Amino acid sequence: MKIHEYQGKQLFHAYGVPAPQGIAAFTVDEAVAAAQQLPGPIYVVKAQIHAGGRGLGGGVKVCKSLAEVQEKAKLILGMTLKTHQTGPHGQLVRRLYIEAGCNIARELYLGMLLDRDTGKLVVMASTEGGMSIEDVAHNTPELIFKEWIDPRVGLQAFQSQKLAFKLGLTGKSVREFGKMLANLYRLYVEKDCSLVEINPLVVSGDGSVIALDAKINFDDNALYRHPDIVAFRDLDEEDAREIEASKYDLNYVHLDGNVGCLVNGAGLAMATMDILKHYGSEPANFLDVGGGATAEKVTAAFKIILSDSRVHAIFVNIFGGIMKCDTIATGIVTAAREVGIDRPLIVRLEGTNVGLGKQILADSGLPIQTAADMKDGAQKAVASAHKYAADNGLMVQA
Amino acid sequence: MSVLVNKNTRLLVQGITGQAGAFHTRQAIAYGTQVVAGVVPGKGGTLFDDLVPIFNTVADAVAATGANASSIYVPPPFAADAIMEAADAGLPLIVAITEGIPVLDMVRAKTFLAGTSSRLIGPNCPGIITPGQCKIGIMPGHIHLPGHVGVVSRSGTLTYEAVGQLTALGVGQSTCIGIGGDPVKGTDFIDALQLFQDDPDTHAVIMIGEIGGSAEEGAAAWVKANMTKPVVAFVAGLTAPPGRRMGHAGAIISGGSGTGQSKIAAFEACGIKVAPTPGDLASTLLTIWQPK
Repeated sequence: MKIHEYQGKQLFHAYGVPAPQGIAAFTVDEAVAAAQQLPGPIYVVKAQIHAGGRGLGGGVKVCKSLAEVQEKAKLILGMTLKTHQTGPHGQLVRRLYIEAGCNIARELYLGMLLDRDTGKLVVMASTEGGMSIEDVAHNTPELIFKEWIDPRVGLQAFQSQKLAFKLGLTGKSVREFGKMLANLYRLYVEKDCSLVEINPLVVSGDGSVIALDAKINFDDNALYRHPDIVAFRDLDEEDAREIEASKYDLNYVHLDGNVGCLVNGAGLAMATMDILKHYGSEPANFLDVGGGATAEKVTAAFKIILSDSRVHAIFVNIFGGIMKCDTIATGIVTAAREVGIDRPLIVRLEGTNVGLGKQILADSGLPIQTAADMKDGAQKAVASAHKYAADNGLMVQA
Repeated sequence: MSVLVNKNTRLLVQGITGQAGAFHTRQAIAYGTQVVAGVVPGKGGTLFDDLVPIFNTVADAVAATGANASSIYVPPPFAADAIMEAADAGLPLIVAITEGIPVLDMVRAKTFLAGTSSRLIGPNCPGIITPGQCKIGIMPGHIHLPGHVGVVSRSGTLTYEAVGQLTALGVGQSTCIGIGGDPVKGTDFIDALQLFQDDPDTHAVIMIGEIGGSAEEGAAAWVKANMTKPVVAFVAGLTAPPGRRMGHAGAIISGGSGTGQSKIAAFEACGIKVAPTPGDLASTLLTIWQPK
């Protein structure tokens, strides 16, 4: 789960990770009132969306007066911000963060995340702050410094010192960096984060170490023990279809293609997207109905897929293991009758009780194309999607 | 011969009375697996289905029954603890089926396991099966056929897909290992490949990876350096968008790394043939290897 920068900084302040003073604002008036409570004379008006790259997209403005705060807040609030992470559609800005200006001597990078190769958390620090860390890793990997954390003892002081000296910190900055890192680790573990990234981490003119940005993601599997973090969820930042799918415990990700997919199992669901692409169509979604799909879940899944007008055909790809094919077939028939499927439907069933399942589909009288195997189903789905688009004069994006 | 499990495996089930645990225990018994004990704290002294004795702790169960493998179906909040309890009791093989265990719980459990002699498979996996001998996990037993192809995969349903294709062509499997879809796991590709390489009854291997992490890249290099048996690969998620979790907690492209394209390139650079579509898993193997 992702949260906004201002929510991340609330956590930073609560955990003793130094960050500038700031106040969230939902209207222009609130933005001005927020600025009045800050020391001034420099203010920063920051768009609050989950995607990164806000500054380059025009969503972060430095202001030298309250009048300018008002002007920039008016400009940014309600704008559709396009960054490299929002996609071409952009993201509507509904929230602002008004922050005290900060005196910057150096910009560094600091990140904490899971290293999958070792199964341990790793701290990554770099002298190249303010830039994309992926670019730094690609161009100058020697400027990224890492320390792995032993979960039995946690982050040790010597590790923070090693990083501080590699970053070229001196005097008071070394001590502040160590204290900040210890607090950051405590936050990471206590709140079950999956990523904490501060880019840039700044060293001010007087040697203070300050988190100028805050990107925090949380482990979805651990949210059950953090109701305070769940309260940070902003549904405006999520796709409406994905919110609907989550109500039915469906694993759904919206994509931009023309063939809807309904699959059991995450691996098979990904592979189904790939095989559609292989035969010439783009998938409209990832959808794993899971091992215990009921008629109710299948119906909800069909409704979600059909609500996307760009879907020109639907490919149901089921390898029934413990899940029986006749159960799935009954779910498909019930859903098709209830929802009224108005686009080509291709069903591939395999596994337990497959004969029974196919019989149920055939007996239903519904215009369902059955497939002999996954390749056959994918080819039929691609052909049907092209035909549906041609027959209805629809554009298909390349 | 086979890998890790066979007809002599004595299985205990942690969480045997839960919905999933009970269902899959019955399936395992029906398949012929020797299920010797269940563990449910507080239900010690009772019987599961009038058949399998239940104990309060794994240590009690091991002492009384000589169990040498555990399967774990306990809910996510308690699953990492269950894994550590099984390791503490000295079980050589622990198969964690549970999906949704918090990552930091697994970070701690993995560190705990490093000091023991236990091998963990999973979590968030279908389990392990040696066809005709022993089934531990949630895979459908009837699609399998005894034989000589080892299968290792991060995905459950894609394992079934590979097995189904092999069996349809009359090609059997030695052992199928689902290593699971989580980012922090026990047995990884290289561990499984080493087992298959050392098993005289495994003659060829299908490995199925997916986006996220770099385990496939590491496995590709390992195969090139160490493996004398034919291996074919598949990678799921070529069309997945970056930054989005594709069902499995570990299936995410982050910061431009862990893409399907880089994994396929790594396999091909190491001389490993990659199935062009998930419908070609078995047929691709048969282009480079034929069962005797």
